[in-house]
Amino acid sequence: MQVIGLTPYLVVASTLFCLGVFCVLTRRNSIGILIGVELMLNAANVNIVAFSRYVGDPVGGQIFAILVILLAASEAVIFLGLLMAVYQRFDTIEVDKVSLLKDEVPGDDAHERA
Amino acid sequence: MDAMLQALVFYMFAALTLGGALLAAFSRKLVYSVFSLLLTFIGVAGLYVFLSADFLAAVQVLLYAGGILVLMVFGIMLTHQIADVTLETQFTHLKTGAIIAGSLWLSLLFFLSIARWPLLAEVPAYGPTTRAIGMGFMGDYLVPFEYSSVVLLVVVLGAATLVRKEVD
Repeated sequence: MQVIGLTPYLVVASTLFCLGVFCVLTRRNSIGILIGVELMLNAANVNIVAFSRYVGDPVGGQIFAILVILLAASEAVIFLGLLMAVYQRFDTIEVDKVSLLKDEVPGDDAHERA
Repeated sequence: MDAMLQALVFYMFAALTLGGALLAAFSRKLVYSVFSLLLTFIGVAGLYVFLSADFLAAVQVLLYAGGILVLMVFGIMLTHQIADVTLETQFTHLKTGAIIAGSLWLSLLFFLSIARWPLLAEVPAYGPTTRAIGMGFMGDYLVPFEYSSVVLLVVVLGAATLVRKEVD
């Protein structure tokens, strides 16, 4: 028995996606940006699974969603690795303070290097 | 009665998802947003159960709530001093972000309201999907499965390379 149609899932997923977009656009800290990206990936996954159930091929949709989850986990790992490297160099992970391409002219609050 | 209960639980999970996402997007402290992300992940796992994706719900709880969230907390703890006041995140470009996300949301809702999907006449009954997913990974989807193992290997090597100490 199925009392919930397709549309409620799509509404939930699109709201989740837009919250993720807002989070990515407005956060200054890069972990905040990672949070936004994970929200968007979750929204996409809900969409994929909902469509696969109501339009056809449920197994294919779920396998696709599992692959998306795998890529999300890989992305989080690489993101945090980059974060550690940036933090070692700049002493901050706020994205608008990390603005040097090479270590020539460090700003006042950039990390002192030998 | 049964239908009403089902709808009630569905909307509870939907509210859990959206409430957690709202907290994650708007709360001023980063630690609060990470922990409210837990609510979102559990809510999404509940939605997966409603979509008859039991294996996917288990993967969601194990990988997102168990793995990615812990990674994020580690990230926060390693990049902030514990007594640091800058743990409060500030926002930037609030107005632009709100305009872009809000207009995207409104247009998505508009197109959802006028879209007509080629829905199945009969939605399949609830049932376990683990067997079908396993058969799919060993059959039709063997190539993505093998590729994902390569991706995992590359991720492990890449993360180790990124965080290593530079040797001069």
